Amino acid sequence: MTADAPSAPAVEAAAPAVREPRARTTRYLRYGAGKVGGAAVSLLAVLVTGFFLFRLIPGDPVKTMTGGRPISAEQLASYRREFGLDLPLWQQFTAYCGKVLTGDLGTSYQFRAPVIDKISEALPNTLVLTGTAFVLYTLLGIVLGTRSAWRHGGLGDRLHTGLALTLYSVPSFWLGLLLITVFAVGMGPIPGMFPTGGMESGGEEGFAYVLDVAHHLVLPVITLVAVEYGQTLLVARSALLDEMGSDYLTTARAKGLRDDLVRRRHAVPNALLPTVTLIFVNLGRTVAGVILVETVFSWPGLGGLFYQALSVPDLPLVQGLFLFFAGTVIVMNTLADLVYPLLDPRVGR
Amino acid sequence: MSTHEQHSRAWRRLLAATAAAALTLAAGLVPQQATAADGNKVLTVAVAQSVDSLSPFLASRLLSTSIHRLMYEYLTNYDPEDARAVPALATKWEPSPDKLTWTYTIRSDSEWSDGKQATAEDAAWTFNKMMTDEGAATANGSFVANFRKVTAPSPTELVIELKKPQATMTALDVPIVPKHIWEKVGDFSEFNNDKTFPIVGNGPFILTDYKPDSYVRLKANKDFWRGAPKFDELVFRYYKDQDAAVAALRKGEVSFVSGSPSLTPAQASSLKGEKNVHVNDAPGRRFYALAVNPGARAKNGEKFGDGDPSLLDQRVRHALFMAVDRETIIDKVFRGYAVRGEGYIPPRFDSYFWKPADGQELAHDPAEAARLLDQAGYKKNGDGKRVGKDGKPIDYRLLCHATDPNDKAIGQYLQEWWGELGIGVTLDCLDNVTDPWLAGTYDLAFDGWSVNPDPDFVLSIHTCAALPATPKDTGATDNFICDKQYDDLYAKQLAEYDPAKRADLVKQMESRLYDLGYMNVMAYPNAVEAYRTDQIESITTMPSKAGNIYGQDGYWSWWSATPADSDGSGDSGSTGVVIGIVAGAVLLVGAGVFFALRRRSTAEDRE
Repeated sequence: MTADAPSAPAVEAAAPAVREPRARTTRYLRYGAGKVGGAAVSLLAVLVTGFFLFRLIPGDPVKTMTGGRPISAEQLASYRREFGLDLPLWQQFTAYCGKVLTGDLGTSYQFRAPVIDKISEALPNTLVLTGTAFVLYTLLGIVLGTRSAWRHGGLGDRLHTGLALTLYSVPSFWLGLLLITVFAVGMGPIPGMFPTGGMESGGEEGFAYVLDVAHHLVLPVITLVAVEYGQTLLVARSALLDEMGSDYLTTARAKGLRDDLVRRRHAVPNALLPTVTLIFVNLGRTVAGVILVETVFSWPGLGGLFYQALSVPDLPLVQGLFLFFAGTVIVMNTLADLVYPLLDPRVGR
Repeated sequence: MSTHEQHSRAWRRLLAATAAAALTLAAGLVPQQATAADGNKVLTVAVAQSVDSLSPFLASRLLSTSIHRLMYEYLTNYDPEDARAVPALATKWEPSPDKLTWTYTIRSDSEWSDGKQATAEDAAWTFNKMMTDEGAATANGSFVANFRKVTAPSPTELVIELKKPQATMTALDVPIVPKHIWEKVGDFSEFNNDKTFPIVGNGPFILTDYKPDSYVRLKANKDFWRGAPKFDELVFRYYKDQDAAVAALRKGEVSFVSGSPSLTPAQASSLKGEKNVHVNDAPGRRFYALAVNPGARAKNGEKFGDGDPSLLDQRVRHALFMAVDRETIIDKVFRGYAVRGEGYIPPRFDSYFWKPADGQELAHDPAEAARLLDQAGYKKNGDGKRVGKDGKPIDYRLLCHATDPNDKAIGQYLQEWWGELGIGVTLDCLDNVTDPWLAGTYDLAFDGWSVNPDPDFVLSIHTCAALPATPKDTGATDNFICDKQYDDLYAKQLAEYDPAKRADLVKQMESRLYDLGYMNVMAYPNAVEAYRTDQIESITTMPSKAGNIYGQDGYWSWWSATPADSDGSGDSGSTGVVIGIVAGAVLLVGAGVFFALRRRSTAEDRE
């Protein structure tokens, strides 16, 4: 705080200042309600789209499910009854909505298990993989992005952005296979150090299990981080570049602050907003899993489950996962919207 | 700081980082998993398919049914030598003179893994459950469709009464489950048998652990009546990506890899030069065929679908097949990993294998094909296109599996070959071919089936009885073929209990099918798989002289597999974990130190 800070006007302003937070709270609540309402409408749209879209796929799901297996007409009718496919479409839809509200997403055709069980089986696995990768690539992206912007045009900047762009354009399955060949199988003097796939060896318990999973995590996480950090880096970099010419930075420097402090305390917080949007969008995608990486590394997550559901197609599972993925993205975007005004009071006015 | 100093610091850092990385990498030598930390010999098999259910009443995927073969005994098994029926849970069997009652003697030396005796009562209960409970009939209901009554007069005697004679009574591929465990199950359509371990069984292996899409772990059943398996544990490990599975074999992380259903020619060739890897290029049990829509219809006589009417002419069907150069398909598409197609049943089932006679064969002869088309009235127009009866150029829709590269490659050859005849082809490559197939909305399709030692199933799918009852229903039919002569032969072979006479009838059926031209077998793809010779010393193939290992009819491969003596593979898995973790940690710390140094240097540079 500077020494000449006036104290009297602050006292005079005390009365409106009491009212001001209440007004701001009201404004925020109104803004928040709008965003939450919008999200609810989007969720409903997803529910309707998900239900009718997958029914546009030609053919009878029960015939698809039992195709190639001898089956009597009675059995067929019984399957139709079992999965509620004998009812008119609108009745199926209302029944589906009712069930979704109670958390019942139906029963998977191929696994004969509740969709919600299959999702909750695979979700933690996906969160472990993509969650770890998410934290790492977000941090790496922000740190390198802001550093690049701060010294833009320099060798470091060109190197970082070049590498990030290159890795961002690399297909993740190709990079994954390359890492498997080099670091899992071993190549030349490099011994194979990591498992070729899966999430665990099986049979381990306690701390040994944690170590085992960590061991399996290394290569898929490196793949994801390598492919994903570039996006955060570029957004953080360009956001900070926009701030670079601002007067308040010149002021901060003029005050004699260290360059590093100017960057971290003054410039970066102001440049964070677009990065926050990206972080939340990525957080939503994190839950959806990354299908290709999960496939290459045989990770038993939601991405792989979705692939299996589509290849049958297992209608209840496809529908359930679609709703779950879309729902997560909507919720994450809404959360981002709700966080903005806290970071930048101009938003939401 | 001078530029020279900056450079030398950068180099020092680079050198330090390289040294750290080299040390880290040198620290870890590849651990392999043939021997577990506790000294158990573990056989790890890479699989691509996920388990659909561990209930033998629901499971239909190859992986799941193969696992059931290991967990539960069936009444009979197939000899790995020649696939004839051999004793399993039943020691002998006999039909009554009227051919309608079969009596099986159940062995008295087979125990469930919880110590209880396996008896005829368990078998009778299993079959009766399938006959009375719709949920329990999901997977194997067709096996009991002709059963009238099943009883167990004594613990060692099982009696099955039939509605009509059935020659497949020694090929009932139904896992027999323990009654005392399964009678507690409420809803068979939902019970997946995957929550309580170990799962009580009486096969060569006991299932002890399962994680969806990760692994299935089985322990050797030391009390198995035929003798305990030689490996202590068998693990099916799930690899969604085929190349990753091959990499795992190369590393020694798995002992065996097959493919879905085969390794690709490129994978097989690359593994052939590998040390300690044996590529097993075995005659396949599948056929790969061209199916022609014969005019989809239901049992009630109603026609549906929109197959091209020109294909109803036998001469057209023959012409299309005569334009197919099967040798080119074997060489260019299968790259030699297949055998030229002849009759309907692959040559590995030699008692049923049939070849067309000289005058009967539809050999590759484009000129004759063109002549046949001319004769059938499908002449070329001014543009060189053959026109249908409606005056429009013929353009067939060829249904192909989007996920099968062979379909696409062969489709392109067909476009070329048939194009030369003046016939257009549109490739309909779909993820889901089942719907248009069942609806009969295709002209031609790529078709393929795995054939069992008893060929009844693949023969039955071309009988009129397999057609759907009405267009709305689903029949067991493969391709809507319905031919009275074929049906008569089918009924005769099913009622024929003399193996030689039955084989003769089956060959007559194949001959008829060939002449009809609705199913043209182009190739028998080989079963290409690979295993590590430093982990598996020997393993039984089926047929034993030259056969496949994965997906056998029986448990021979995994039951017979003998661990290799070599202990070059013997590091413990946990050492690998520690090395990997240390390596990962060192790399991370290294990266952290690098950034910290860099940051300090930039601060210093500014000062």
